[in-house]
Amino acid sequence: MTKQVHLAAHFPGVNNTTVWSDPAAGSHIEFDSFVRFAAAAERGLFDFLFLAEGLRLREQNGEIYDLDVVGRPDTFAVLSALAAVTEHLGLTGTINSTFNEPYEVARQFATLDQLSGGRGAWNVVTSWDAFTGENFRRGGFLPEDQRYARAKAFLDAATVLFDTWAADEVVADRDSGTFVRSAEVGDFTHRDDHFDIHGRFTVPRSPQGRPVVFQAGDSDAGREFAASTADAIFTRHGTLDAGRAFYADVKGRLGRYGRRPEELLVLPAATFVLGDTDREAEDLAAEVRRLQVSGQTALRFAEHVWNRDLSDLDPDGPVPEFDPVEGEHTIAKGRASVRMFGDRLATARQWRELGATEHLSLRDVVIRQTARQNFIGSPETVARTINDYVQADASDGFILVPHVTPDGLDPFVETVVPILQDWGVHRTGYTGSTLRDNLGLAVPARGDRVERRVAS
Amino acid sequence: MPAPLHLAVALDGAGWHPAAWREPAARPADLFTAGYWTDLVQEAERGLLDLVTLEDSLGLQSTRRDGPDRRTDQVRGRLDAVLVASRVAPTTSAIGLVPTAQVTHTEPFHVSKAIATLDFVSRGRAGWRPQVSAAPADAAHFGRRTVPPVFDGSPAAAAAVDELFAEADDHVEVVRRLWDSWEDDAEIRDVATGRFVDRDKLHHIDFSGRFFSVRGPSIVPRPPQGQPVVAALAHTDRPYRFAARGADLVFVTPDSRDAARDIVDTVQGLRATLAADAGPLRVFADLVVFLDDEPGAARDRRERLDDLDGAPWTSDATIVTGTPAELADQLQDWAAAGLDGFRLRPATLPHDLQAITRAVVPLLQQRGVFRRAYDGRTLRGRLGLDRPVSRYAATRTPEGVSA
Repeated sequence: MTKQVHLAAHFPGVNNTTVWSDPAAGSHIEFDSFVRFAAAAERGLFDFLFLAEGLRLREQNGEIYDLDVVGRPDTFAVLSALAAVTEHLGLTGTINSTFNEPYEVARQFATLDQLSGGRGAWNVVTSWDAFTGENFRRGGFLPEDQRYARAKAFLDAATVLFDTWAADEVVADRDSGTFVRSAEVGDFTHRDDHFDIHGRFTVPRSPQGRPVVFQAGDSDAGREFAASTADAIFTRHGTLDAGRAFYADVKGRLGRYGRRPEELLVLPAATFVLGDTDREAEDLAAEVRRLQVSGQTALRFAEHVWNRDLSDLDPDGPVPEFDPVEGEHTIAKGRASVRMFGDRLATARQWRELGATEHLSLRDVVIRQTARQNFIGSPETVARTINDYVQADASDGFILVPHVTPDGLDPFVETVVPILQDWGVHRTGYTGSTLRDNLGLAVPARGDRVERRVAS
Repeated sequence: MPAPLHLAVALDGAGWHPAAWREPAARPADLFTAGYWTDLVQEAERGLLDLVTLEDSLGLQSTRRDGPDRRTDQVRGRLDAVLVASRVAPTTSAIGLVPTAQVTHTEPFHVSKAIATLDFVSRGRAGWRPQVSAAPADAAHFGRRTVPPVFDGSPAAAAAVDELFAEADDHVEVVRRLWDSWEDDAEIRDVATGRFVDRDKLHHIDFSGRFFSVRGPSIVPRPPQGQPVVAALAHTDRPYRFAARGADLVFVTPDSRDAARDIVDTVQGLRATLAADAGPLRVFADLVVFLDDEPGAARDRRERLDDLDGAPWTSDATIVTGTPAELADQLQDWAAAGLDGFRLRPATLPHDLQAITRAVVPLLQQRGVFRRAYDGRTLRGRLGLDRPVSRYAATRTPEGVSA
């Protein structure tokens, strides 16, 4: 049977793919931008809208990073407001398990799920970051090797809370004077290495049982965490073969948790550039990349590798011959990409070789090295590529990140979506009312996650 | 011509009487839906009210102060009030939205960005009611600390209350600093230099106190009102000090016009002492209201609800049981004691809310003491509060170079 393509939309923001200098670019803070973006996603019959997170403004060379979009609104408040202006779209928030407490986050997601009629989703992320911790009263940070342990414990605790109310707990029978069915409503106790909490949860069970759980992470621990607990996993794999290998790996891990392959969706993030022809799209994409990676931006990226101030360097000159500064200290704070490059010496060597063999400037090398999975071409080409990935089991769909806020999604919705619909691989109308319905995920039974953990 | 009154309503569950959900007009099965809250706030907006407050707590409602009971005959369960306010914001256009959020177990950084965002999604209509949580049961939900007993009247309890409010003082201070941490024109989008923001206009707040420290700046730009309205409920001296130090608006609970006069004098005196530069402090009196046109009907209804609940219900605020005209008289009478307005707590929803919007408001309009249309201003503007300049901008040198 032909697989259906799942589509989602990531509101672009604090990253270097957002081209804020485009004359068509609008506010990334004003609510109207979110309304327009969500409306486009809903016109395209997307499964959900996705918001990323960052709890401290990024800094580099000891100063607030000012070349990309800076600032973003609160995830819960935006998603809750969007629930008022959308009908079907899932509302996915990235919320960190390090600088929050399970009771509060569970209460917020359970509320979002109620207020949206069962469209809430949680992308559980972790942080090890003392830099971000300086904004929080619990402060500090976690040893990196404990972050998945806390995340798992956090999600366990939140799930216990989501499950406290029975689906039919609210009776509201005036005559008998029974408001809630049980005197024990909301009771919970949860104890493990990270949390020792008990009391009574205040939010009834939502129409989709509990919020959908997404998880990102390519490490072995991240994959295992997702396989044991998540409903969907975010990834980033450039090639079809890498995507297929990842897909087979994570789906293969589900069995040991008593889960079937269709219980975990694989949804990579991807950018796109559309043109009337493939050639036109290629030209446009090259232009976009030059806008995304200005000379200054290229130097800042190079600083992540070299781990020192490179302000005096010419970005249009060659890749530096000198070696990076080694050590724990990092020049850039609060950005995930710092870790993306891994071994600094090896990365610097690789960049030098690429520059030398292909006669590329430092900026051109950075443009090459920081490219993400993206779909470039005519609407037909992009639709075919996306469908090929899905049918070849390299993904179950994609989370699209346009490079212009807030209307960058519109061309995709207007041109690519109709082609996917013609091919019968994308819905022509919403059928379900909850996000679980739209993702093809079953409503979880109360307590199932705890039982599964006990069994494993 | 008398000074115009400000009017707020406080929304909680099916109304403030514990048996309110059993009224024929109540919608107890809808309490956890968006439509329920949207309908109520839209009704309040049709009545041209200044603002609504949304109650919240970290624990389940209870007849006990220290933790939950096991009753099943009263409303139990609540949604997060900040999210309810955000959900309602796009469906309304003028009324102020003031959710409760706790200060004892929550992160000021999270609260600050949530309320700032509520201000963006409501286009300048956000407020926040910071609430201290003294219940040991709430602390157990977090498992990070214990709260000493504060309800036994001992000297130790008084000290514990003082500590909780000292922490609350710091919490509000941090939230306000974070709102100011972006100057208004920090986003410059300067294509020529490639800079999205002018980082000289973003400020680390570097708060360091007894209870926590926070570095900043916020991740959210300065909200439309600059400083959303901070509203505190206060009954006694220590909360009066908390309100005088950090709030724009204080809800108080006098039991007479003379008591109202004393309380206004007290809190305004504290304001002058503790935060003279903070701008005006508005004082609203809280009143619980049972309202029916027919004389005696409100009393009958109150007695019927008390019977259903099994005991006469009392409140921290004065309970007014009467006709809309009687309430209007009382509001005008008490206002003369120096109050800026009132926060009315409908005993039952939607009945007593509709009595306010459809009977009390028209009476006050006829008497020339209540607005006949919204004026299009922000919540701060409507309360007569200026939009403050960021405290960090205010300390910049004339050349615009910060040290």
